[in-house]
Amino acid sequence: MNKPRIKLPDQAKVGEIIDIKAVVTHIMETGNRKDADGKPIPRNIIHTFVAKYAGSEVFRAEFGSGISANPYISFPMRVKGPGAFEFTWIDDDGATLVETATLNVVS
Amino acid sequence: MIMSNPNLQPPERGLTLSRRDLLGASACAAVAAVLPAYPALAAGERTSQFEEAYAKLTGDRKPTERGVTFELPELAENGNMVPFSISVQSPMTDADYVKQVTILSTGNPQPVIATFHFSPDSGRAQISGRLRLARTQDLIAVAELNSGALVSGTANVKVTVGGCGG
Repeated sequence: MNKPRIKLPDQAKVGEIIDIKAVVTHIMETGNRKDADGKPIPRNIIHTFVAKYAGSEVFRAEFGSGISANPYISFPMRVKGPGAFEFTWIDDDGATLVETATLNVVS
Repeated sequence: MIMSNPNLQPPERGLTLSRRDLLGASACAAVAAVLPAYPALAAGERTSQFEEAYAKLTGDRKPTERGVTFELPELAENGNMVPFSISVQSPMTDADYVKQVTILSTGNPQPVIATFHFSPDSGRAQISGRLRLARTQDLIAVAELNSGALVSGTANVKVTVGGCGG
């Protein structure tokens, strides 16, 4: 799990509803496949994605094995004021990835 | 691939996948190709896993089929990466908002694809992303409002080559 990429609008006004796009590389191994010896390959997916803005949770997603590899997500948020995002991805192996991005809020 | 919604385009510049990402995805598809595919379901047929998950999610609340727009391509050549978009009609105020949206699959081995949590500060109850689908099937989006009421929407997609694990 690496290379998180975040796409925010170049600027946003207070009260505006913006779309936030986030993607990270991850195999999202379903647990349904077998290796060359016929042994099951254990599931390893990102099961949780959390977005916080100015310290408060603004969006959360729980993923199952039906979400594609390199999970991409786009979700909305109403801008209450200036702040920074903190995005967290957590996978079955216990790995956690955190990425931050500041929103350019203009008056 | 038929795209009915311009919002379902791949991620914008800055979010494009590298060559390495794509190689990883192809390797996954190659392994899937040597395994037996899931047999086709009859039209409208739903797995027992789906029925169980649907019953657990809805309980004694019967979802109203209203106000949920669930967009998928009509035809997905590659089940590994099927773009989707869901939008639920709601004022998204403190008094009336969508709390969460769950996507259920009627044909995948694991029926619960994802759950997305919203708040009035979301402004809109809208989400897009990419699904992995084992075969042609119906998908159902169930949205729970803050009142506890459920609304739902269904989308069908024809999958030419099933997703990873197929």
